[in-house]
Amino acid sequence: MSSTTGSAAAEFARRQQSPLQRVQGLLHKRPWLSPLFLLFVAFLAFFVATPTFLTPSSMGILLQQTAVVAALAVGQTIVILTAGIDLSVGAIMVLSMMVMASLARDGGMPGLLALLIGVALATLAGLVNGLLVTRINLPPFIVTLGTLSIFTAIALLYSGGESIQAEHLPRLLNFLGEGFGIGSFRLTWGIVVVVLMYAVMAFVLSQTAWGRYVYAVGDDAESSRLSGVPSRRILLGVYTVAGLIYGLAAWILIGRAGAATPNAVPDANLASITAVVIGGTSLFGGRGRLIGTLIGALIVQTFSFGLSQLGVNQQWRYLATGVLVVVAVAIDQWIRKVKA
Amino acid sequence: MSTIDKLPLTVDHIPEDRRHIYDAEPILSARDLVITFGRVVGLDGVSLDLYRGEVLAVIGDNGAGKSTLIKCLTGAYLPDSGQLRLDGKDVAFRRPQDAREAGIETVYQQLAVIPALDIASNLYLGREERRKGILGSVFRMLDKGGMEKRAGKSVQDLGIQTIQNMGQAVETLSGGQRQAVAVARAAAFGSKVVVLDEPTAALGVKESGMVLDMVKQLRDSGLAVILISHNMPHVWDVADRIHIQRLGGCAGVITPQSHDMGEGVAIMTGAKTLSRS
Repeated sequence: MSSTTGSAAAEFARRQQSPLQRVQGLLHKRPWLSPLFLLFVAFLAFFVATPTFLTPSSMGILLQQTAVVAALAVGQTIVILTAGIDLSVGAIMVLSMMVMASLARDGGMPGLLALLIGVALATLAGLVNGLLVTRINLPPFIVTLGTLSIFTAIALLYSGGESIQAEHLPRLLNFLGEGFGIGSFRLTWGIVVVVLMYAVMAFVLSQTAWGRYVYAVGDDAESSRLSGVPSRRILLGVYTVAGLIYGLAAWILIGRAGAATPNAVPDANLASITAVVIGGTSLFGGRGRLIGTLIGALIVQTFSFGLSQLGVNQQWRYLATGVLVVVAVAIDQWIRKVKA
Repeated sequence: MSTIDKLPLTVDHIPEDRRHIYDAEPILSARDLVITFGRVVGLDGVSLDLYRGEVLAVIGDNGAGKSTLIKCLTGAYLPDSGQLRLDGKDVAFRRPQDAREAGIETVYQQLAVIPALDIASNLYLGREERRKGILGSVFRMLDKGGMEKRAGKSVQDLGIQTIQNMGQAVETLSGGQRQAVAVARAAAFGSKVVVLDEPTAALGVKESGMVLDMVKQLRDSGLAVILISHNMPHVWDVADRIHIQRLGGCAGVITPQSHDMGEGVAIMTGAKTLSRS
């Protein structure tokens, strides 16, 4: 008797939901739906505006342009999921890249060894961030603001501010810039690596206990600890893995840019954070999906690429990106208030 | 200061149909627990016995040492001196994890649930089960389906009908339903003792009733339950015995049959004391 009245009441409550509440509930479950919709609209608009936008060769270029930021944003996503932020993404990537390139050219090291040392150094840099956050209990914003300057300074001092051109580097370091084509649709191996990174990290986040703990720690660190989640170990792991990812992004960047340049991708920090936020991941931690980040990175690049094809001033792109970030955060705040 | 007699507590103060509980050895017994924080005495030689299938309520004023006592029993604090025996063996818990592994589950006042995660994930948080074979051992894949099914069963065993979908995020639940999730987690993994800290403090009348029913359910399933509460009607409703903490010590153990609420509160606040024979 009581159960039938209970379910009837539940049924009644469900009927009472307005269409807006239903949208809220849907976005609560799938926060990447709104960026996906936006990407679709952007594609449609640029397709209508310029016939060259939706051609195979344009799409290949769009993906190549997105690769580096999309790679960095994988690391940024797991950090933001723990309610942290990483301002040292670009600095770690550039440091790793300069070390790889200069070990290979000046040190005469084989490509593989230089690559491994570069990636290991990036991982170590991530570990340093993690240790500062977990052992000294400093806020991630402050820690990574500090290490941003430190790693940038080391990269500049180490490289003497000089670029190293691709022709002085072993093939392995340039390899991710090479690619293959299907007709005029050209993909690089760098894009393949990015797709693999997304696939592996999405699996880890959704299918393993570690992934679940990343969400739990970001949502409520104290409750996680009381539930037996090793919070500090998870945080340390997240920053370290993020460092590893930035090291791989450095490898992708050498191939993409055709050189190792100490002032490459100056907006890497903001671009990666923008991709994560537009992709529907909450800056307050604990909510979001990695696929959203990929969509977010594509949205930013689509605006940039589409506007340049239209011959529009690039400043409009910054305006559009800024509006998108504000809207994305507002939507996040709204869907967090969902009730069943 | 006036005194109330009717002590020591004898079998006459226990309803006939529940006396059998006390034939067995206590599942958990604490002897002369002492803990100090600097110069402040937290517990001043407190002893406590807990039996399978009973609800032992712990009441006391703020600062009387209720929480300190519970924290010593569940591994959050390590007492300076005193013995703790669980199921006939001497134990010393250094971390909450130790107590949990020994079969003592705690439902904290702040619940320790993760709002953004679904019910099944919350029930299994910190003790996820992996899939069998290579998927689990090499790829570390969680057995999501299995955990969800077993979570559904745990919730059903407690007679909670308002929660149907284990994939629902905890933040979409009402306060009582969240409490139910936390209790279900304790019931599913607590093999011996379940400790509930103020489980009805934030709830309305109807939801409190639901939680008290769950407490009775836990007791009837053979678990030993410790209930910390400020709500005297709730305590007198579900408790078999009532341990009264006062000024870091135990002011006595009574039953709802031996003393009424007014007398209990009087002992708790020091307006009356129990005479010792």
